[in-house]
Amino acid sequence: MDIKWYIELAVALFSIGVIGVLIRRNAIIIFICVELMLNAANLLLVAFSKMHATAIAAGKAAPTVVADAQIFVFFIMVVAAAEVAVGLAIIVMMYRNVHSVDVNFLNRLKN
Amino acid sequence: MNEILLTAVWGIVMMLAGAFVKNKSIPKYIAIGGLLITIFATCRELYYQQLIFDIDVKGMLNVERDVSFHLTFLVAMLVCTLFYFLLNGRDIEKVGNNVSEYFALIFFILCGVGIVASFNTLLMLFIGIEIISIPLYILTGADKRNLKSNEAGLKYFLMGAFSTGIMLMGIAFIYGGNESGSFFLDKINLGTGNMSVLTTIGLVLLMISLSFKVSAAPFHFWTPDVYDGAPTVFTSFMSTIVKAASFFAFARLFDNAFGTMQVQWQKLIVLITAATLLIGNLTAVFQQSVKRMLAYSSIAQAGFMLFALFAMNGKAKEGLVLYGTAYSLATIGIFAVLIKMNDYTIDGFNGLAKKQPVLAFAATIFLLSLTGIPLTAGFMAKFYMLMAAVDRGNNIWLVVLAVLCAAISAYYYFRVIQAMYFKENNEVTAQQEWDVTPSFKILLLVLVGIIILLGIFPNQLLIDWLWY
Repeated sequence: MDIKWYIELAVALFSIGVIGVLIRRNAIIIFICVELMLNAANLLLVAFSKMHATAIAAGKAAPTVVADAQIFVFFIMVVAAAEVAVGLAIIVMMYRNVHSVDVNFLNRLKN
Repeated sequence: MNEILLTAVWGIVMMLAGAFVKNKSIPKYIAIGGLLITIFATCRELYYQQLIFDIDVKGMLNVERDVSFHLTFLVAMLVCTLFYFLLNGRDIEKVGNNVSEYFALIFFILCGVGIVASFNTLLMLFIGIEIISIPLYILTGADKRNLKSNEAGLKYFLMGAFSTGIMLMGIAFIYGGNESGSFFLDKINLGTGNMSVLTTIGLVLLMISLSFKVSAAPFHFWTPDVYDGAPTVFTSFMSTIVKAASFFAFARLFDNAFGTMQVQWQKLIVLITAATLLIGNLTAVFQQSVKRMLAYSSIAQAGFMLFALFAMNGKAKEGLVLYGTAYSLATIGIFAVLIKMNDYTIDGFNGLAKKQPVLAFAATIFLLSLTGIPLTAGFMAKFYMLMAAVDRGNNIWLVVLAVLCAAISAYYYFRVIQAMYFKENNEVTAQQEWDVTPSFKILLLVLVGIIILLGIFPNQLLIDWLWY
């Protein structure tokens, strides 16, 4: 399949994530949208890795290590998991104090 | 390399210390000991290329001692951290029950600082930025029962994760855009022709996400809230060492990977710099709380550090090391004084000179250094940055704008000095009990001495002395 479909899908996922972060008010949903952004990047990295591999196989590009991006994806997954651990802890801490995960509560610092 | 290994190991040591040491005042000394070892080992690496383990990093990290000054920068940042521990150790103990864990997290952040100072691939950049960010989310929300700290923690976490997503998307596009299919900075090499669409998108996304991390306008909106809400000791850390390290990473990435295309993205940097200088300085003028004022002042100082990206020449690289150090030292000092106050508003500083003359004197020097008055480190740092920008030759109006903004910054910094020396104290400050030990005062004076020495011999102290 042509690379542009993958790019379009990844950009669509990324945009949904960004819009979700900007307009949703629930901390958990915002968090899910951030994960969506990370996964869009994962998808794009894997697609590009395959694209470079095809180019090298066809002799159009110099042979290098093409699995780099796929290793990168594992790093992103691990880091995302670490972020989930910290982020959910922060959201739970917030919930214990205000009994809500609505980010509209986050206005105490404004004044 | 030594720094990365030792701080990672010492972070674990601190966690074990948390499990076995019940006394709350011990972890501070363990942390200071570990930091001294790290400084020693990093100096050995800087002078004699002595590595603890000779690890083959496959070129992913820079282990050479080269003109990017990353080792000099690391030593400077570690010394700043040492002052931070010495001045604020007792205040870290007051934040909560998990004292050693706070120190452990700070050590992990220092490990991330080591990585972002020496990365050679985008993978290491990403890992380093994340190792810095994730412990910081925890430290920001460390004061668990304080709603402001909760709010700051959540806000910082959401913004940080969001900017991480943008950064990863940028990295993916850069990877797709370059023919070599590599994450190594030297292989990304864009050449000097036109950039492909994918590379352009990737570059802009990376710029946005790193602007988030260094709180450059228009991506600065989280900074005042987070800096205001976080426990003051940790605000001190994240507005100094972490910010300087993020800047170093920003400059390193754009110099090594996209340096040849600088004419193209320089316009964006010009806009970001001008916006950061204006927004930071103009908003700081209206703040009543000194802590919030310092948050805006850190945005304003970020505007000056952005000149390193604007100029991108040898002077700018030296200047960034100098600016990061000067700014960190002065800000750590002023925060150390601020923590001792009960009232964080500017009125809370009224009559401080009569009550605590040493604190008031030290705070004055720190504020003068932040303003950039001659004979302080801040002046030399600003001078270096502007000189690098003038050497670059184009967009001289930006330099004029920066000087005007420095003049505006004098207003809000001097307001604190005026409150300390020329106003009578109010009820709040009159009744305050001071938790100030003689050693704290001596340390503040040592810090003042270093700032003045750096202001007189910046090159000799920082570049030549650490370099040769």
